[in-house]
Amino acid sequence: MAPLTMYEKIWQAHVVREGTGEPPLIYIDRHLIHEVTSAQAFAGLEAAGRPVRRPDLTFAVMDHSVPTRNRELPVVDQDARLQFEALERNCKQHGILLFDMASPHQGIVHIIGPELGITQPGLTIVCGDSHTSTHGAFGALAFGIGTSEVEHVLATQCLQQSRSKTMHAVFRGARPAGVSSKDLILALIGKIGISGGTDHVIEYGGEAIRALSMEARMTVCNMSIEAGARAGMVAPDETTFAYLEGRPFVPSGQEFQEHVEKWKGLRSDAGAAFDATVELDAAKIAPQITWGTNPGMVTSVTDRVPEPGSFKDPDQQKAAVRALEYMALRAGTPMVDIPVDRVFIGSCTNARIEDLRAAAGVVRGKHVARTLKAALVVPGSRSVKAKAEQEGLDRIFLDAGFEWRDAGCSMCIGMNEDVLPPGERSASTSNRNFEGRQGKGGRTHLVSPIMAAAAAIAGHFVDVRDLGVDVSE
Amino acid sequence: MEPISKHTGVVAPLDRVNVDTDQMVPKQFLKGLTRKGYGRVLFYDWRYLPGEAPNPTFVLNLPRYQGASILLTRANFGCGSSREHAPWGLLDYGFRAVIAPSFADIFANNCRKNGILLITLPEAKMDDLFERCTATDGYKLTVDLPAQLITDEQGLEIHFEMDPYGKQVLLEGLDDIGLTLKHAPEIAAYEQNHHPNATMYRPVDAKTALPAK
Repeated sequence: MAPLTMYEKIWQAHVVREGTGEPPLIYIDRHLIHEVTSAQAFAGLEAAGRPVRRPDLTFAVMDHSVPTRNRELPVVDQDARLQFEALERNCKQHGILLFDMASPHQGIVHIIGPELGITQPGLTIVCGDSHTSTHGAFGALAFGIGTSEVEHVLATQCLQQSRSKTMHAVFRGARPAGVSSKDLILALIGKIGISGGTDHVIEYGGEAIRALSMEARMTVCNMSIEAGARAGMVAPDETTFAYLEGRPFVPSGQEFQEHVEKWKGLRSDAGAAFDATVELDAAKIAPQITWGTNPGMVTSVTDRVPEPGSFKDPDQQKAAVRALEYMALRAGTPMVDIPVDRVFIGSCTNARIEDLRAAAGVVRGKHVARTLKAALVVPGSRSVKAKAEQEGLDRIFLDAGFEWRDAGCSMCIGMNEDVLPPGERSASTSNRNFEGRQGKGGRTHLVSPIMAAAAAIAGHFVDVRDLGVDVSE
Repeated sequence: MEPISKHTGVVAPLDRVNVDTDQMVPKQFLKGLTRKGYGRVLFYDWRYLPGEAPNPTFVLNLPRYQGASILLTRANFGCGSSREHAPWGLLDYGFRAVIAPSFADIFANNCRKNGILLITLPEAKMDDLFERCTATDGYKLTVDLPAQLITDEQGLEIHFEMDPYGKQVLLEGLDDIGLTLKHAPEIAAYEQNHHPNATMYRPVDAKTALPAK
């Protein structure tokens, strides 16, 4: 038998039918839903009189619009409240497990899936959110879908899919201290561009990826969509199995061992052919900062804001001119000279316990710069929050002048009150620096948690490697 | 979904690469419970000045492009967020077809589900269309899906590629869910056989899995 990639193995195990004239139908093992992209799907079901086929494989959470403070009070935002109520009603009506705002398990959908063990190797996982690629860190095939597809999965537990191409992204060598998983993925997006992964599923490999914790692998896979890829994946290994053991939805005892044996077979076979391969030397990657208005507009902290003329393609030159105008940056400015107004440590990219530990390590015993207007830490889930508080991380952040909030998507998307005001500049651990993403007229620089923490202390970007603190992730 | 077969309309040129779905429908408009009404907020931050006065420099606000139903744009249109509000907004504004060198993956799926025809053309052909569109006031194109042909009144003829299933869906305004439900016996068989066959599928019982509060 020809050697197969991990993607091909999972794909083959999920094909329900492959007929002529219609795209293949694949089975979906886990469907995650949230308040923003599901209401219209349920309304569609209702209009057609269709039931939810597998409520037991569907999990709901409130995350995008939830307030991150005064959670015990009624939600002020009327529209958001209506969405929460609709989700609650729909879940109740169809027998779907919902983690509502009061649940101790509530959090960003891509943080709680893995945390609860809903996410497992070999599964197909979808959600009406593009950062569903996060779950691929476990060797699952996970991708974002639109609301019509949410409706399709609710009704049929299947999706029409065409087979993706495969890309192998290999990070050779060892990641230097101070360089985090966020820097690895930003460097890759900088190299291949924000459409470099279009039509592909990326499998991440190489020594630098194997050495990463599950939290860090999730950060890498999370941003696969920012390279345009359908999904990102890392082959499951001992790190994966150790993370999963004992989680609520993961089988235990003998059954767990049996699963581990199956999961071990998921990795791409030796000699499996990928449609594309890209290699990066992890040892040569420096901390990354975005300078423009998409995640591919990124450079090293040691670098300068680029000259638009340095791009070959005329469309890219025009885009760079426009981006610098929006970002109010002058070409040639050293990245470390860029001041920041606000710092946001949070999002499905970087709000897991390890991210908070790393950031706390940088701010411990220090204080945010006087010029800073605000610095927010928004844990990715209530479990992360509880754990951080157990470890005293909340005290470290509060003492350093950060705000310590409740779990949600918060200022990554600014659907609640956590918005970046017009003209202000943020150092953000989130995933998108599009125009207006964090707030209309806001200027976002994407960085790792330790780079964001260091910027908060200094009031401008700094090379975290120069700080002389333990910055291991 | 409204079928689309042959459509003639005014063309608007959005000469930018990597237009993301956050620009099409910004986050503050994602709190609706229906699929309707997003045309008014399409390209909100570009289209309106503070106070919602139209931004006179934004292309869709120029008098010559009023009533446009075909959008020309550049590579990687629709990147970023999976929000289906973006195609809902395009459709509600009046766009039935978008022509670009490439589209982002999730966005393209979402458009197909909403009956928006996406046409992919090589860069050189795009440049030609942009030139024609900006040179002639009220420039119109006809997109003929059955013939897979783009034409204008000046004799232009461009053939475009289209996958046969996507074409059929658009032409007939097919209900994907209804089609899939016809395969219900196969889905049921898959559910029956998959688990014992030692693959990854396994039912979930939430009641027993979660620790008691």
